[in-house]
Amino acid sequence: MRYLFTLLLFLVPALGVWTFVEADRWQLWFPQNVSSFGGEIDRLFNIIMYMVAFTFIVTEVCLAWFVFKYSAKNETKGAFTHGSHKLEMVWTAIPAVALLFIAFIQMRTWADIKFEGNFPKDGEYTREKPIAEVWASQFDWRIRYPGDDGVLGTVDDLERSWEFVVPVDTKIVFNLRTRDVIHSFFVPEFRLKQDALPGHTIPMWFEAKKEGIYDLICAELCGWGHYKMSGRVTVVSKEEFAKRMSEIKAEWFSNGKELGE
Amino acid sequence: MNPVATPAAPHAPHTSHLEPGEGQPGTVREHHDHHELGFFRKWIFSVDHKVIGLQFLFSGLVFLALGGMMAMAIRYQLAWPWRPMPGLAWMFPATGGAITPEFYTMLFTMHGTIMIFFVMIPLLTGAFGNFLIPLMIGAPDMAFPKLNMFGYWTMIPAFFFMILGFFVEGGHAAGGWTSYPPLSTIEAAAPGSLSGQTCWLMGLTWVGVSSMMGAVNYVTTIVKMRAPGLTMMRLPLSIWGLMITSLLQLFALPVLTAASIMQLLDRVLNTGFFTPTNLLVNNLTPDSFAYGSEAAAAGGQPLLWQHLFWFYSHPAVYILVLPAMGFTSDILAIHARKPIFGYKPMVYSMSAIAGLGFIVWGHHMFTSGMNPALGMTFMVSTVMIALPSAIKVFNWLGTLWGGRIHLRTPMLFACAFVSMFIIGGLSGIWMAATPVDIYIHDTYIVVAHFHYVVFAGSLFAIFAAIYHWFPKMFGRLMNETVGKIHFVGSFIFTNMTFYMMHQLGVAGLMRRTADPYAYDVYAHLQPINEFITISAFCMFAWQIFFVLNFFHSMFWGKRVGRNPWKAASLEWDAPSPPGHGNFDHQLEVYRGAYEFGSPEVEEDYIPQTRKI
Repeated sequence: MRYLFTLLLFLVPALGVWTFVEADRWQLWFPQNVSSFGGEIDRLFNIIMYMVAFTFIVTEVCLAWFVFKYSAKNETKGAFTHGSHKLEMVWTAIPAVALLFIAFIQMRTWADIKFEGNFPKDGEYTREKPIAEVWASQFDWRIRYPGDDGVLGTVDDLERSWEFVVPVDTKIVFNLRTRDVIHSFFVPEFRLKQDALPGHTIPMWFEAKKEGIYDLICAELCGWGHYKMSGRVTVVSKEEFAKRMSEIKAEWFSNGKELGE
Repeated sequence: MNPVATPAAPHAPHTSHLEPGEGQPGTVREHHDHHELGFFRKWIFSVDHKVIGLQFLFSGLVFLALGGMMAMAIRYQLAWPWRPMPGLAWMFPATGGAITPEFYTMLFTMHGTIMIFFVMIPLLTGAFGNFLIPLMIGAPDMAFPKLNMFGYWTMIPAFFFMILGFFVEGGHAAGGWTSYPPLSTIEAAAPGSLSGQTCWLMGLTWVGVSSMMGAVNYVTTIVKMRAPGLTMMRLPLSIWGLMITSLLQLFALPVLTAASIMQLLDRVLNTGFFTPTNLLVNNLTPDSFAYGSEAAAAGGQPLLWQHLFWFYSHPAVYILVLPAMGFTSDILAIHARKPIFGYKPMVYSMSAIAGLGFIVWGHHMFTSGMNPALGMTFMVSTVMIALPSAIKVFNWLGTLWGGRIHLRTPMLFACAFVSMFIIGGLSGIWMAATPVDIYIHDTYIVVAHFHYVVFAGSLFAIFAAIYHWFPKMFGRLMNETVGKIHFVGSFIFTNMTFYMMHQLGVAGLMRRTADPYAYDVYAHLQPINEFITISAFCMFAWQIFFVLNFFHSMFWGKRVGRNPWKAASLEWDAPSPPGHGNFDHQLEVYRGAYEFGSPEVEEDYIPQTRKI
């Protein structure tokens, strides 16, 4: 029995590490990254993963080994010790340093993504001049572009449901809003997630480095239809973007005429 | 089986042994075991801490089965979305047995609520807190036995409201166990927000009142009723875990109770604590909300609820794990026949977890729209809380090192707790790191993380504690062979169920989605979810070994004496099971609870009460 229990405890780190090593091959790993800061997030994830894996292997193997070694039939008494001050100092100080290291290397990236002071200032789109307002509501997404005057909230605003069209290789700044309950704007390929908060307008930014169509997912429970609150972000070339905008404009101001004729 | 002390001992006054300034703690109260109580006084309206503990234990296990069944339904939907559940057509005649999206949101809401507030907290603090505290500190009962009885009886309205919710129009609460407004406060937002959410809030408030009574009682009892000579630094770590947990509840619970009353007021009296202006829910303007127009001018803050809720519910995570850490420490030391390694660091690290636990709640809100500068500070405090947890793991390993380990069932579950807690603890570091959390927030890696801590961790510790203290509860041992079968299957299937959820989370799979495969990015994850579901079914079915063992051993298990494990702490000085008043002889404590393998004596342990 002793062998069986040791084996079980030993399988935890063995299979645990194996599944992480193989995960990429089984397509159980990060989806492709297409945003400018996504690579940084993946890198931080990996740094933590290697540190965690080291601790995981050492502690789990020790556990399995101790259970095996010290459960042998033995009628003598065990070691009589109440602890060791020196060891306690060692295993307090080393993890403390490692943990502080983990905390401090995150800060730059977090500030770059979320702090308003670090939002793109000189590009086409800025905090004052966002590309669009993304509105969430049960259970769909609506994107409101400012129209020709470049100002949101005027009569020439354009609205497009479900699809958020943006140009590639451009720093996109937009506002996230919700009509009803809390939702969350999540695009796995951008490594970007932000809750939409009722009563608040939340600015966000990203830069997509690759053209394509990406799933836009609601990541905060918003009611019975939460699972189907899908949208998409379409990243197109800059020329294509201008073309798409005029199409959206034509459609928005058509008053449904094409449909009737 | 015979009383250790002389017949004269129970009634002899021993106040002369007390330290100056102390009252009567630890002395045996007279007249306690003289009258026979009827069935109702003994088992239903009992003021005896052991019976109240068993009441919490049984109701907790019943709700565990209920919450487990909900988990199975959730898993079924995730493996085979919208397919009728075999044999359940009678429950859902409209769909032929398939789970509807409304029902799915209700399922995971109530699974979380029941498992946290009706299973883990009542089992850890209600059942074991009640049963163990007076016994382990050598007291005849709790400081306030009647308050203790009310502590269980206030759970009855909580049970009532939580069950009632399933039968009201629109079904039970469906806003997640976190109940974020406005989803939970506005009736038009979700079917579960009609009356179900009101039932949920009422139930939660009553649970809070019950826990509050328990916590007051536990702290008072531990501070005032310890046997003579039992200093705080001689307490078993289980008691320290329960004491620190009770302090957490005392400081954090009022906030949750206040918050849930505020949400209740928002719902029934149209106040606007959490409802902002200008909402348009379900194409209804605020003026046409079912309960009137007042909410239109509410001007409240949804984030306020999140802050208040997590100010309690993050410490609650430690309420769910600190007693389990205490039980594990005791069980590891006793079955490894070795003193606990670093007793004081263990106490300090538990206190540090509790202290830091109050300043980390914001890590649930990194993506909520809270000021990102706050995210920085919450990240640092959250990352640092891993430090006391790491110290505890190292000390457990130190305890095993050089021991004489007896691999009995409680020991196996305790070792599994350490193994699983390492996984759950380490994966938490990813979530604490703010930029990484932007991506993994609300994904399955979070689900894996808290199930490793609370299910594979705390619940395994509860199993360990049940196997370990069963002889004290019922005077009989649980069957070892069946116990080991239960352990092996539970351990394998638990890991098969939860481990791959880490990878699902890295792949970006969202929690709380009824049918994730509608998205292109998730479509290829369905086979792995099927594997997880089948593992979960096996794990659930495997618990039959526990149920059979538990009830069979209760009546037909092998009878044992006072101290089957040769443990040193005080509860093993009482008869098994202890009568009303607990101890049949006067206690005097001379040492800590972990004197195993001492060279001072010939046996391998020294009971706390032995004078050398």
